[in-house]
This record gives sequence, structure tokens and C-alpha cells, in this order.
Amino acid sequence: MELMVCIKQVPGTSEVDIDEKTGVLKREGIDSKMNPYDLYALETAFRIREERGGTVKVISMGPPQAAAVLFESFMMGADDGILLTDRRFAGADVLATAYTLAQGIEKAGVPDIIVCGKQTTDGDTAQVGPEIAEFLDIPHVTNIRRIVAAEEKTVIVEMDMAETVEIMSVRYPCLISVEKNIYTPRLPSYKRKLEIGDREIIRLSLDDFSDRNELHYGLNGSPTQVLKVFPPAPNTDHDLVRGDSGHLAAYLFERLVERKFIRKDPV
Amino acid sequence: MKKLIIHHDRIDDPEKWVEICPFGALEVVDGKLEINAACKMCSICIKQGPKGAFESVETDISAVAKEEWKGVAVYVDHLEGNIHPVTYELLGKAGELARKLDHPVYALFSGSGIIRNAEKLRYYGADEIIVYDHPALEYFRIEPYAAVFEDFIIKRKPAIVLAGGTTVGRSLAPRVAARFRTGLTADCTLLEVRENTDLDQIRPAYGGNIMAHIHTPNHRPQFATVRYKIFPTPERRKEPSGTITRMQPAEERLKSRIDVREIRKKEQQMNLEDAEIIVVAGRGVKKKEDLLLIRTLAAALGGQTAATRPLIENGWADPRNQIGLSGRTVKPKMIITCGVSGSIQFVAGMQNSDYIIAINTDENAPIMKVAHLGLAGDLYEIIPRLLAKMTADPS
Repeated sequence: MELMVCIKQVPGTSEVDIDEKTGVLKREGIDSKMNPYDLYALETAFRIREERGGTVKVISMGPPQAAAVLFESFMMGADDGILLTDRRFAGADVLATAYTLAQGIEKAGVPDIIVCGKQTTDGDTAQVGPEIAEFLDIPHVTNIRRIVAAEEKTVIVEMDMAETVEIMSVRYPCLISVEKNIYTPRLPSYKRKLEIGDREIIRLSLDDFSDRNELHYGLNGSPTQVLKVFPPAPNTDHDLVRGDSGHLAAYLFERLVERKFIRKDPV
Repeated sequence: MKKLIIHHDRIDDPEKWVEICPFGALEVVDGKLEINAACKMCSICIKQGPKGAFESVETDISAVAKEEWKGVAVYVDHLEGNIHPVTYELLGKAGELARKLDHPVYALFSGSGIIRNAEKLRYYGADEIIVYDHPALEYFRIEPYAAVFEDFIIKRKPAIVLAGGTTVGRSLAPRVAARFRTGLTADCTLLEVRENTDLDQIRPAYGGNIMAHIHTPNHRPQFATVRYKIFPTPERRKEPSGTITRMQPAEERLKSRIDVREIRKKEQQMNLEDAEIIVVAGRGVKKKEDLLLIRTLAAALGGQTAATRPLIENGWADPRNQIGLSGRTVKPKMIITCGVSGSIQFVAGMQNSDYIIAINTDENAPIMKVAHLGLAGDLYEIIPRLLAKMTADPS
């Protein structure tokens, strides 16, 4: 069983701030970490490997520093790591990111199952996985809350819909994206770190891909463009009331009556 | 299409400028400033760097013939033909955009045995309701659903496609957008259209800490997903309008490598998104037992209870009742937050509520900036007094 997990390095915190005067992102909180949702994807892949044998590869697109998250996944148990890094990948939106990853996956060999986390904490789109599946022309299922079984030709999964749970079998090769909390992710192990030693990661650039047209990658390959970023607008209609609790309760009561959330019917 | 180039002759001390990039995308290689793969093309270096050193240049690409793409399409989200209310919200928005362009509004309705429900869409302003009704579309499976979506786009060529940010929408929209090699903006909170049919899309990023203004200048159709309860529901019209067109999908395109083996109904529960009144417990609630106070208030007002992330993490409340970016987005008529400080992640999930009341001992808590009515006081004192007044003054 060949498994591949897509992971991403994201800012260590989402508490980014913008300088309102200059419109510049403030640098604080730019430390990075593995996208927390990816930990569940990794754990899912490890569990399938434990059941069926095989290997778990991890793949990421990002700057050279993003190698850190691949090494972290080695410490959790991943067998191999691929980093897609090239200045020409810069400024990629969902489409260009998915296309680049699909090219990298194709180069590395399309596995039986590609596992993605639900979403990332910086982009929050949850849409790269389905687009990768489209570029690879393989089926995908999102919102998976449980792997029922990985069988010879199909994986049986439970998809979490708003009002129902659907149990479906998906033929290999396929892409699945898993819910947060599907399984409790294991911690990176120091013992494993020693075992790994200085395992190399594979670095691929645009020149390694089958499609070497620069216009399909990075900003050039991105149909969407960010015109600007700005802080969210605060609410300007405030009524702040101070005083003793009796007064506050009475004030609140009156507002609720006024707005008809409490009806004062004539007796 | 843009590309960033560096004019090295305008930079005297490369090391000095590495720091201006918040993403660490500038580095010095062989004494020269270079842009690495971390670049987000945010253009900060153009504004903050030495004058004229960083330049954004247009690279030549073939422009799409925008006039060939007309109409605003809405994907009808449904479960066994029961239309998800986000669909009506999107139809309202689609109507607004289409009127500005003098374009038609399309509703794309695909499923099995659904034709009987198509009539409902005629009360929300769709000019044409396009129905793919086929047994292969009984369950949501990606390949056949994407195939009919593709067929629809080829036949109608809409300029804009809107889908709900639901389980199905978030799976289907990206698949189809990728098929057309076009742009998709997820979780838009504001949509406006220009005369040339370019869609201005605003969405939160970085957990709602920043808002991004996005557009898709050279590709059609322009895809956007919008979460439930972001846009208002339009009034149901008195008279139906628009036509219903049945389409025949090509059989060979309806094959799937997915088999649905079983569908289990989840235990019936009220969705938090549907509640008109919500009372939220935050960290100001000191112990699990004290949630009774919150529940009593919610019950007295005929509302639902919800909680913030710390309480969910403590295991005090059901994760399905978490409000915030990692939980639900709600837009009730009234929300009362009790002992909630108002983290940006929480606020992102409730800031569109019609009337926001905050009870917090700290009048400087961020929630007070969001609240229409802020009560600087102790929830343990205010709520019992309010409940007492409500029972003394029965409704």
C-alpha cells in the first residue's frame, strides 16, 4: 500500500496583524509550524500502513525552510519526504498550488491513497485537495471521519455530511481529506529521530516536472489575484453600560422587551 | 499576470532590505537580493523597499473573451431534493449581481428524483432552473456531479458561479473550477461585480485576522463559495418566475469509482446555524455545572446554547455547538455572549449576528467592540436577576 500525505508549513499563529497606516503585515507571529490539520492526515496514513503495510510519503510545496515540516513528519513515522520548491512557484493560489502538487505527485508516482488534512490554518480554503484529485483524474472524498477498512482495491470510508453519515468505498488511486479528530495524532518521537539520522528529503523544482511551462505555476498560473489585504472593520454601533448588577439586569430586560425578544403581554 | 523583478542597481545594501518581507521571501544570494519560493506576491517590497528597486511587471497572457460569458449561476445545494437554505441566500446575491450586469440568473439543480422540488426555486428570482435528474446522481459522488456541472457550464457559459460553503459545495466547486483551470475564492463574505463582469471578492484569511480582496481578471467562470448565513435570505416572491429546463446528461460521463454502501441519518438535532437566538458560554463560566445558568437563560428566551473553544476543549460542551472559525458560523437575530472575551477566531463566527449583547466583567474585552450592547458586569449576578424579572413579568 502506497500512501502519500500532503502537508504544509504555516505561520505559528494566526494572530497576524496589519499596520493600519501602511497596510503592511506585522512580522510578529511569523514563526512557522506544521499545519495542525495535517497531523490528522498523517495519523490516518500511519494507521492504514499499520494495517496493510507499505510506505507513507509526505509531500509539501514551499520555501526551502518548509523542509522542517517534512523532518517533523519523519519523526512521527513518515518514510520519505518530497519538497517542491522553486521561486517560480511563488504567489500560487488554490489552482496553481494544486497543480504544482499534482505535478509533484505524478513525478513521485501516484500512490494508492493521497491523504489531505481538512484545511490549512492560513488559507482556510479546504479546496486544494479536490483540485489535486481533479488534476490527477482520480476520485476524491472529503470530510472523512473514519476509515472503516483499507481493502485490496478500495478504501471504505465514512463521510460526515450535515445530516447524514455516508459509508462509501472508493477505488484506488484516490484522494481523501480527513476531519480534525479522526484519530489522535502521535507525537514526534526522539527515538525515531535517532533512527532517522540524516535521512535526505527529495527536492523537486519546476525543471523536474512533466509540464515545464512557467505560466502554469506560481502567480502566473494563478487565476485569482489578491488586490489588497486589510484589517476587518469593527462594529461602530456600541452601547456600553456600567453599573451595579441590578441596574444592568434591568437595562438588559428593557432592551429585550423593546426588541420583542421578551413579550410583555397585557394580562 | 504579474511578475516581480528586482533592479539590483537600485539597491546599495542588500542585507538591509531582507527584513522588509514579512514572509521571509527575500534573501541575499551571492551578494544580491533574491526572491525565494516564500514570496506571496503581496507587493509589500514595492512599497517598503528602496525606491524603484522592486517592480511588478505584467507578463503577457491571452485574455479571456469576457463578453462570451454571461449570467450568474447558483449551485442548488440539497439533500435528497430538500433545498439547503444557503441556496436562497445565494440566489438573492446572484440576482443583485445579475441586475447590475443585465445578465440572467441560473440555478443548477442536479440529483435524482428532484424535479418536483425545482418549482420552489422559481420564487427566488432564477431566470432559468437547469435540472439534471438522473439515478446516477442519487448520492453525491464527485465524478457524476462534476460531469453535469461541467456540462452546464459549457452549455450556458456563466460569468460567475456561486456555491454554498457546505460539505458538498466545498468538494464540488474546487473540482469543477480546476477542470476549467479557473479561479475559486472560498468563504467569501462580500461580493460585488464590476461592469466588465469581474467579481470583487472579499474573504477572511489567517483565521479572520485579515481580509483579502481578490479578483479573477483573466479567467471565466469566476467561482466563489459562500458559507451559510453570510448573506440575507431574500423574500419569497408572491409569483413564480423563470423557466425550468431539463437536461440529459451523457450516460458515459456518469460513471463513478465511488460506491455508496450505506447512508445513516445522524441523530436529529437542531443546527446551531438555524437558531434565531443563541446564548454563548465563554471562559467566564467557571465550572461545568454553571452552564445550567446559560441553558436556563437560553430556554427562557427560546434559544440555543453554544460555547467558545476553551469550553469545548475542556469537554464541557458538544463540539457541534462551538462558534468560531474552527466551529460554526452563526447569524441569529440575537446572540448573548456570557463571559466571552471575543477572540478574533470567535468573532469571525458570529459578527454578522443582527443584535449582539456581551456580558463581561472586563469592559475592555475585545467582545465589547463587537457588541451592540455591552454590559460591564458579572454574568453570575446579571443572569439570575434577569431570569427573575422574566418570571415576575411573564410572557
